[in-house]
Amino acid sequence: MWKFLLPFTAFVALAVLFAFGLNPKRDIHALPSPLIGKAAPSFSLTDVMDPNRAVSNTAFKGQIYIVNVWGTWCEACRQEHEALLVIAQQQVVPIIGLVFMDQRDKAKQWLEQLGNPYAAVAFDTDGRTAIDWGVYGAPETFLVDGQGRVIYKFISPMTQEVWQREFLPRIAAARRAGA
Amino acid sequence: MNSTLSLLAVILALCLSAGVPTARALDANGQIEDPVLQARFERITKDLRCLVCQNESIADSNVELASDLRRQVREMLSAGKSDDAIFDFMTDRYGDFVRFNPPLEPKTLLIWGAPFLVLVLGVIIIFRVVRRRSRMPLDDEPAPGSR
Repeated sequence: MWKFLLPFTAFVALAVLFAFGLNPKRDIHALPSPLIGKAAPSFSLTDVMDPNRAVSNTAFKGQIYIVNVWGTWCEACRQEHEALLVIAQQQVVPIIGLVFMDQRDKAKQWLEQLGNPYAAVAFDTDGRTAIDWGVYGAPETFLVDGQGRVIYKFISPMTQEVWQREFLPRIAAARRAGA
Repeated sequence: MNSTLSLLAVILALCLSAGVPTARALDANGQIEDPVLQARFERITKDLRCLVCQNESIADSNVELASDLRRQVREMLSAGKSDDAIFDFMTDRYGDFVRFNPPLEPKTLLIWGAPFLVLVLGVIIIFRVVRRRSRMPLDDEPAPGSR
């Protein structure tokens, strides 16, 4: 009995482990954010386009908004840019850009060349805002509800499919809860 | 005599600097001057994972995020923050995964318990094998009923 049961149990345990661990759809770099359900960290930075203009997420308080973290060094951010432009055109919620580990001129040039989907683009000079938001790569996209809480974080390039599957239902739910 | 005195002076200075955060804890280049703080800095940064290159600590990693986080640790140390306060700051933002030593809590019970589980399993297996063998006849003794 044991001769059969022990190897069989071991096999099942390994199969389950591999099914989770080696699943190609699972992104091992996507970590759950401890910020979910907590107040979005406030930032007060300057605008990429104009260093004299302040950009702060407190100005968006009371409404649902998106914070999209990017940098010109990030190839995946170029990939998602087209999707962000289309999403911005739908005018569902404002998208705030957060540029980090970058140079202002490069970021400016990027927006002039590729188009600007953002309601405002904050320039994180020394990476402190990125640390507050637990950012460890780019692109990362946060959804903040009307109470100023982070309700979702997406790590990977944004696509139409992700927008419809992950963001729109959450935005609708947040609207219902807020109304 | 003189060397004993200077040694005492050094020890006294170390004790004082450990307890009292000084405004001049960081030099012009943002590096830590105080050896006690520096030792704490090294210990803390070795226990914090660089999330970009996940098997390196922020002490070992050269990526920009790691250097930003090292700066954060340095500044908090020089502001007199405790080790726990610094670790809490990091886990509040990046989650428990940022620590190489995850805290013992229900979620991490399996990680901490696994070695003991395997140990108990091994003891049970050895116990069973030994007991079965002890019931077997010895090789040089003819088995009952043979011949």
